[in-house]
Amino acid sequence: MAVASAILMVTRRNIVHGAVFLINTLLSTAGIFLLLQAEFLFVVQIILYVGGIMVLFVFVIMLVNLDVSMRQVQFNRQWFVAGALALVLAAQFLFAIHATQAGRDPLRLPAMAAEISPKNTEAVADALFSHYMLPFEIASILLLVAMIGAVVMAKRRVG
Amino acid sequence: MPFVLPVLYAVVIVAVLPLMAGYIVLMERKVMADMQARLGPMRVGPHGLLQPIADAVKLLLKEDIIPNEADRLMFWFAPLVSVTMALLAYSALAIGPAFQIADLNIGLLFILAISSLGIYGIVLGGWASNSHYSLLGALRSAAQLVSYETAAGLGLISVLLLAGSLSMKDIVQAQSDQGVWFGFSVPFGFFIYLVGSIAETNRAPFDLPEAESELVAGYMTEYSGFRWSLYFLAEYANMIIVAGIATTLFLGGWLRPGARYHEHIPGTGVEWLDALPALLTLGVALYSLKLAPKQPVKIQKIVMVMVAVLCFGVACVLAGALFAPPAVMQGIHGAFWFMAKVFAYIYAFLWIRFTFPRYRFDQLMRLGWRFLIPLALVNVIGVGVAIVLRQQFAWGPIVSLIPTTLATLGVAMLLAKDDAPIVDAQTADGE
Repeated sequence: MAVASAILMVTRRNIVHGAVFLINTLLSTAGIFLLLQAEFLFVVQIILYVGGIMVLFVFVIMLVNLDVSMRQVQFNRQWFVAGALALVLAAQFLFAIHATQAGRDPLRLPAMAAEISPKNTEAVADALFSHYMLPFEIASILLLVAMIGAVVMAKRRVG
Repeated sequence: MPFVLPVLYAVVIVAVLPLMAGYIVLMERKVMADMQARLGPMRVGPHGLLQPIADAVKLLLKEDIIPNEADRLMFWFAPLVSVTMALLAYSALAIGPAFQIADLNIGLLFILAISSLGIYGIVLGGWASNSHYSLLGALRSAAQLVSYETAAGLGLISVLLLAGSLSMKDIVQAQSDQGVWFGFSVPFGFFIYLVGSIAETNRAPFDLPEAESELVAGYMTEYSGFRWSLYFLAEYANMIIVAGIATTLFLGGWLRPGARYHEHIPGTGVEWLDALPALLTLGVALYSLKLAPKQPVKIQKIVMVMVAVLCFGVACVLAGALFAPPAVMQGIHGAFWFMAKVFAYIYAFLWIRFTFPRYRFDQLMRLGWRFLIPLALVNVIGVGVAIVLRQQFAWGPIVSLIPTTLATLGVAMLLAKDDAPIVDAQTADGE
């Protein structure tokens, strides 16, 4: 369903329909997280991605007048190269999936912990605050810098 | 068959909820009338009791108008999203110790996520109506919801720290274990969640997006008949869900007030506070009987007597449950206390609606971002400090929260003083 929504999102002419199918794609991804027993990621994906970022997307879509762009030609002339690149990427994905299932380790991902805590929330919290503390703090500072930058850029001069 | 009970609960909730929402509308109109020194709906049925049914029939029979240039698919889809999300949130709510559709171990976050999905019903509805007022109302409403959702979520985190779990059942259990409702241990968390939840459900004084005198009816302008009733149902279902969350987190859920007070009625094994539900309903029954002869019209007399009999029946059930096995008694009394607290919270909503004037949109956003969110952050820090005091220095559960609550109060007063000049050199944002 995630794939179907993604295809529909890209092919809709009406951009609001496209946004709704993007929402559907993100919800399906969240569902995949749930199927993999990562319930915290499921919920956080919905709250942040669908409930926050997509709302902003939809805001911008609705505030911008899109009649002009909707009447233009939708597919450009570079589709051959794009198609070839997409096929190469698909071949890489298929190879990686096949090789991982066959037991070889083409991606060399770090080994998972020997015992996985039954509750995803605690496991994520444990990992964030012990192994991944430095990236967590750096990401927080990055977000803070972005927020301050946005506020400064949007501030109007008084008087 | 593990699916029978959850499906049964789900069917009960989906069947009862529209009726309950309709009667909350009637309650609102009666309370509004009472506060404005008039009577409210009195014509349809005795004392207006059949008014919701008349409204429902009218809405079902109305002509279904779709604006000419409207996006038909979205127009059909938007109220559906609102109602589905509002009803879906009930699946994680725990009404009694055993009355819960699904005890998710991320129950609280799940309800928050579903509430944030409900925003799309409003935004898509405003867009699909193809009208300026609807779109503006929808976007304003969505901005307000997103801002206050942040504040309310931060207010909930303070409870989360004290309870240690996201599961609704565990949170009530933690309140039972600690012997104090979290509304009393973290009053600021309760206050922040109260204000945030009023804004979340678009209720006054935060109802600018749907106020009659402002944008006609905002995103609901072009909807009529059944589609409008879906939006309406979604709004009141949202109100009940938000009251349910507040009850579970701050008011002890299904716990009896005074859980540690075990005085027995002399002579029996029944505690005073356990007998309270039955006594209260009996009191209502006797009051109805007292009022019955004074009714002007015969049908009203009959209805008063019927209400008295109904309350008496409920009192009998509640009293009978005292002598049933503890699981049954906990279930029935738990449901009673939960509903009582939910109705008290909703009464507070109604009370606030008819007391305060409406906030202008820029005042609303200023309140959310510049007062509530900093206050919520300070509150979270305060609760964290209190937990450290409790664990490292072994202070008691309530004592440890007093200094941090006082500190948060100080910060709140500072923030409020800072915000005093509402109309200042910067002009209000032109919409």
